Amino acid sequence: MSEQQNGKASRVTSATRSTIARLARYTVVRLFTLFITVVIGVYLTILIANMGGFVDQIRRAQIREQVAMQLQNDPTFRSLPEEQRQQLLEARIRNEEKRLGLDKPFLVRSFSYLWDALTLNLGRAENMTSDSGSRQVRLIILERLPATLVLFGTAQVVLFALSLFIALHLSRNYGSWLDRLFVALSPLSSAPGWFYGLFLIIIFAAWLKWFPFGGMVSVPPPENPVQYALDVAYHMVLPLTALTLSSIFISVYSWRTFFLIFSSEDYVEMARAKGVAPRTLERRYILRPTLPTIITSFALGVIGVWMGAPIFETIFNWPGLGRVLYQAIQLFDTPVIVGSTVIFAYLLAITVFLLDIIYAIVDPRVDIGGGSRRA
Amino acid sequence: MFRGALREISRYPSAIFGLLVIFALIAVSVYTVITLPYHEAIRLWRGGEEIWGDNPRLAWPAWINYFVKDKRPLTQKRTSQDPGVERHQEKVDEGLWVDDVVYTFEYTADTFPQELTVTLYSEYKTKAPYVSISIERPDGKVIRLANLAVEGGKRVYRLEQDEKLHRKLRLPEHVSTIVGVFAEDPFVEDPRPLKGTYVLRLEGSRFEEDSTLESKAVLYGTVYGWAGTDHLRRDLSIALLWGTPIALSFGLVAAVGTTVLTMIISAVGVWYGGWVDSLIQRITEVNLVLPVLPILIMIGVFYTRSLWAMLGIIILLSIFGAGIKTYRAIFLQVKAQPYIEAARAYGASDWRIILFYMVPRIIPTLIPSLVTLIPSFVFLEASLAVLGLGDPVLPTWGKVIDEARVNGALYQGLYYWMLEPSFLLMVTGIGFAMLGFSLDRIFNPRLREL
Repeated sequence: MSEQQNGKASRVTSATRSTIARLARYTVVRLFTLFITVVIGVYLTILIANMGGFVDQIRRAQIREQVAMQLQNDPTFRSLPEEQRQQLLEARIRNEEKRLGLDKPFLVRSFSYLWDALTLNLGRAENMTSDSGSRQVRLIILERLPATLVLFGTAQVVLFALSLFIALHLSRNYGSWLDRLFVALSPLSSAPGWFYGLFLIIIFAAWLKWFPFGGMVSVPPPENPVQYALDVAYHMVLPLTALTLSSIFISVYSWRTFFLIFSSEDYVEMARAKGVAPRTLERRYILRPTLPTIITSFALGVIGVWMGAPIFETIFNWPGLGRVLYQAIQLFDTPVIVGSTVIFAYLLAITVFLLDIIYAIVDPRVDIGGGSRRA
Repeated sequence: MFRGALREISRYPSAIFGLLVIFALIAVSVYTVITLPYHEAIRLWRGGEEIWGDNPRLAWPAWINYFVKDKRPLTQKRTSQDPGVERHQEKVDEGLWVDDVVYTFEYTADTFPQELTVTLYSEYKTKAPYVSISIERPDGKVIRLANLAVEGGKRVYRLEQDEKLHRKLRLPEHVSTIVGVFAEDPFVEDPRPLKGTYVLRLEGSRFEEDSTLESKAVLYGTVYGWAGTDHLRRDLSIALLWGTPIALSFGLVAAVGTTVLTMIISAVGVWYGGWVDSLIQRITEVNLVLPVLPILIMIGVFYTRSLWAMLGIIILLSIFGAGIKTYRAIFLQVKAQPYIEAARAYGASDWRIILFYMVPRIIPTLIPSLVTLIPSFVFLEASLAVLGLGDPVLPTWGKVIDEARVNGALYQGLYYWMLEPSFLLMVTGIGFAMLGFSLDRIFNPRLREL
């Protein structure tokens, strides 16, 4: 028995070492392809944002207005004769346009925009400011990032653990009332998280008054870090519940079905007949081979939830990235809108990348040595 | 095959429920489109005071009275043109005609009305008619409301805005004028309305032979119709009814468009293989990191908010979705089958093989996912509307939710405003999802025994 285990252990370590080597190479290749993907994605974003030079026009009009306003406030300008005033105005506008690169052809500009976007040089906001008072789009967006990550990160972890646990439990107790309940409730997942958010706010905030309507911390925020964390957790209850409600039934349903299909495979029957303990059977014979698929479906879920952030955060007044985008829409703040889209593209790419790596770790069939598999 | 499928469906209660919901939605859509034409609906929905002025503001649906102890009033409207209205016209002197109208309001509700307005219309040459308005309560007390000259052809008297009357009745600051007029005793802690017959008297005097004096009195209730009204007094039922065909067609067109195009593209990739296939694969990977909702938002902000333009863009952004990979796996198996070989042998063209030999093979596996996809697009439309990027003219469920949210329906306790469209969205989503899930089991026999 112990000999067997020793052998297994050494096999495991050598496997781990080669896995790490393969993984490193795979990571580099994957990172590179994903980077190209991001570049294309961001470029497309810029093209869409500036289709037909529409955004340029908006910017031109804005420059004109700004310059005119500045000059109006200048007493020496007001004393000049009309003709000279016009000349000065036009010259200033041309200067300003040149400064912002509006005189170059769009193709050139699009690549300079692309470079700016990739290096997160997102320009200055037109109307919005960050909480610290900066007009830098990057600061406006990045200072909101932690809020979004806290909310959605927690939600994903909770969802993954809960779904896996419940799905395993249901596949063990196939046909029980709880199992049938989850199958029956799975259509509920057709509604997105913000939709459940509305209901939860009506019930628990407006009616029962147990939880706040939205926001991340109370006003004023508690001084003590422990109390602060508790306060954030308290504000997170409703959003977390909404996100969980909107995806748990479908993921539990599909995973449980998956487990059931796998647990009727011949090799599982065989192991069962051999007398492998149910727990071990579950872990090694069912969970292990299904993990890659589960992670893929989970990845798509994560991406789906990411996409929903603007509306979800708006409903819950959560001061995250999505809400910045919503505010930018309301204020028609072009740089912030484009900047948020770019950041979202980055975040999606990072998510895809992380999940790819996890996938490669759990699925030995993935040929991460390069070569035959195109990444 | 379809008859067999129908027989299968009838064995799943959830499928039957889903189908019933979908049929009901289709029936509502047909009814709506026939009874309330598109342009009429838009005209009404975008109309202002002239169309909706006689509706109460923010009124709950009338059926709420079945669930509350204190019954709320419906709106009562009277005009001088009504048949059987008590009207007295007489020439009393040279250059003086009296024109009295008496309106009676039966008041039986347990809560106060929202507002009482009297609108006076007149056509005259030089001297405007003069009207004094008074109301007699069921207890016999008469309250003089106002004396008005109908200058400019139209005058509106609003009881709630009558500061003078508020002072005259010596009401405390927090008690509104309408309570002062309609309460049993407005000075107690929790005033109750006095039930019975209220008589509104308009004593008019005309000074010209051929001048006219018409009037309209509206006692605004706090409930309206089966759907209630919004902050612009609009009847929500228009938006709820019209939201149905819009949601259905949007969801259906988007789902069918996306699925069919995705399928064809993936079949093309598999069939031609080589660089076509890898190009399609690469595009799919780029598409995966494209933030769809932010891009839609960007398009909504910069270019157009038209629902149908959005629809096209959504289809465009979703055809290279995750589905391509799934279909590709199936098509790879299909491509290797002998009948394809046979088709190639007798000289079928590439497109013929793709469209008539490969694509039809996976349609059965596709139908469930198509049906399940519909609600996600319905909700996507609602999501855009809630972000304030809804179609500028069309009334949709999402726009009602958005208006309710923006106007603080939740903070003011106007739950009906948000719950009605939400309920319809939910029912639509669940209906399609239930049908889709059952179809999934029917078409994928492996799931059936589970």
